[in-house]
Amino acid sequence: MLTFIIRRLLWTVLVMFVITVVVFVIFFKTPGVDPARAIAGRNPSALVLQEIRAQFGLDKPLPVQYADMMKSLFVTRDLVSYSNQGVKVVPEIAAATPATLSLVFGAALIWVVMSIAVGVAAALLRGTVFDPLLMVVALIGISAPVFWLGQVANLITQGTLHDTFLFSWVPPLGYNPFTQDPWLWFKGLIIPWITLSILYIGFYGRVLRANILETQNEDFVRTARAKGISERRVLLRHTLRTSMITFVSLFGLDFGALVAGGALLVEVVFAIHGVGYLTYQALGNLDLPTIMATVVYGAFFIVLVNAVVDIAYAWLDPRIRPT
Amino acid sequence: MTGEPLLEVRDLKVSFRTEDGLVQAVDGVSLSLSQGETLGIVGESGSGKSVTMMSVMRLISDPNARFEGEVLYKGRDLMTLKAEQIREIRGTGIAMIFQDPMTSLNPVYRVGWQITEQIRAHENVSKQAARARAIELLAAVGIPQAAERVDNYPHEFSGGMRQRVMIAMAVSCNPDILIADEPTTALDVTIQAQILSLLRKLKDEFGTAVVLITHDMGVVADMADRIAVMYAGRIVEQGSRREVFYDAQHPYTWGLLGSIARLDRPKPRRLATIPGQPPSLLRLPEGCAFGDRCAHRFELCDERPPLLNRVDGNHLDACHLEPKQKKELRETTIHPELIETAE
Repeated sequence: MLTFIIRRLLWTVLVMFVITVVVFVIFFKTPGVDPARAIAGRNPSALVLQEIRAQFGLDKPLPVQYADMMKSLFVTRDLVSYSNQGVKVVPEIAAATPATLSLVFGAALIWVVMSIAVGVAAALLRGTVFDPLLMVVALIGISAPVFWLGQVANLITQGTLHDTFLFSWVPPLGYNPFTQDPWLWFKGLIIPWITLSILYIGFYGRVLRANILETQNEDFVRTARAKGISERRVLLRHTLRTSMITFVSLFGLDFGALVAGGALLVEVVFAIHGVGYLTYQALGNLDLPTIMATVVYGAFFIVLVNAVVDIAYAWLDPRIRPT
Repeated sequence: MTGEPLLEVRDLKVSFRTEDGLVQAVDGVSLSLSQGETLGIVGESGSGKSVTMMSVMRLISDPNARFEGEVLYKGRDLMTLKAEQIREIRGTGIAMIFQDPMTSLNPVYRVGWQITEQIRAHENVSKQAARARAIELLAAVGIPQAAERVDNYPHEFSGGMRQRVMIAMAVSCNPDILIADEPTTALDVTIQAQILSLLRKLKDEFGTAVVLITHDMGVVADMADRIAVMYAGRIVEQGSRREVFYDAQHPYTWGLLGSIARLDRPKPRRLATIPGQPPSLLRLPEGCAFGDRCAHRFELCDERPPLLNRVDGNHLDACHLEPKQKKELRETTIHPELIETAE
């Protein structure tokens, strides 16, 4: 198991190296993109461009520039934004991370609990009207675009119904750090959590239902029943446990992507200044240092979460364990 | 036959609603099983032998299934028991092993865990005690180094070893009845013999009654005290092993017997086969279900289905032919050199 974990970590380093190189090359080799021009603003003179190139080291050979950037990103951590002069990128991301993590962790908790409930309920209620009903509701959840849902939620909780007893507790948009006021943090995030999790509840609920129904026909479930253990135990320990394998691998992918900046739309709608929001702005400004830093951050989380998922997967399914 | 039957199935009917109509999988099966007895149920795929025994354990959870009849176990009708009551009988009263050991064990749990789960579901014993018993059981079914193997996962065992694990699990709570649903079908021939001798050994040791479901006449010849031959959801012949093998009454049984390759007799030029296919269970013929494939069919066979009649003693048979005719026809159906008439 230890070698498995070490191998994963080495793999992570390699993946991150490749990703940074690719982002770097894309940035410098895309036709029509000149970082100096992006930094200089409108109609810069040739002299100004020259100066900027010298100041930001853009006149050095590419490998050297890459090494410089990696050095200031990982070693000295003083990488400076191109567009917001003087702003250091690493602390900026560090400051944005808690907001994103709060948003995604909370939503993930809701969607895991709710989708298991939906999936199990639909599978158990198969043959009644509730199963197709639940599945249709799930489908609606999947189909509703998250930015639209968010806007509607805002319209109701911040606008039309904000002054009624129903939603007067909802604080203004934005992220309130947990360390300052946990209760406010919770109240401010509950609507974004629900908005973000709805898609995943629908999706995971449907996947889990299908998996449970498939597993219920497995011979080993029949064996479990023949053993004389309770139906509840057959469901939880045999059917559900085995059905969770697909669920967990999907969860890893989605969770990693969301932490890495995939919650962008929800962050924008609810004015939560997280990593997705930061990436979005940096892309608009062609701000390479920020893009690079968010990409590294994102890649790190995706690879990390995937490693965790692989370990969880090996725990769930002994057949894939390395021997 | 020793005393009261342990298990008695009375006129069991199982049907499934499907898109094409009602499938009558089991059509009025009656069986009985005494303490320590081995009953072989023989028939081809789809003849209803597995469905019959699965119904006995109430393991068919298909909402489209309908059951009729009685299944008396120690005088209680299993068909009317509540889920909680049937749960108590499963594993302790009646246990079952299945055809495919590759898929019958849960792949994500250690085999020891799976055995102790059953023990602890029925008996109030500590984890350690249950585990010790699991190791004992694994050793008893011939798994070497049972104390280490108890912590292995199913995929770390071969097919034969997995079937041994299944057997260890099935006998873990000393059931009165062990239902073995084609326990050797998915195994290599060499392993088959080992598993059968293991079943025989356990049966002798614990006095467990065994219901052996199979399509292999060789297996029942080896194991069974009594044999029931099933065809299209009905029992067509039932009797002691001796009666069924040496005084077979039903043309279908003749066909099955004729299709055994035997090494202790002159080699026939060709192994006999039964022509055609079993009828669709959706639309059973009005007369005898075997009629279409029977070489000795006559008018009566098309008019009404034959009843299960007593030949003598406990030997039952469902064929319209007269006993005298049967004796003559049997000679021509089963290869003459294969048949030994009952003395």
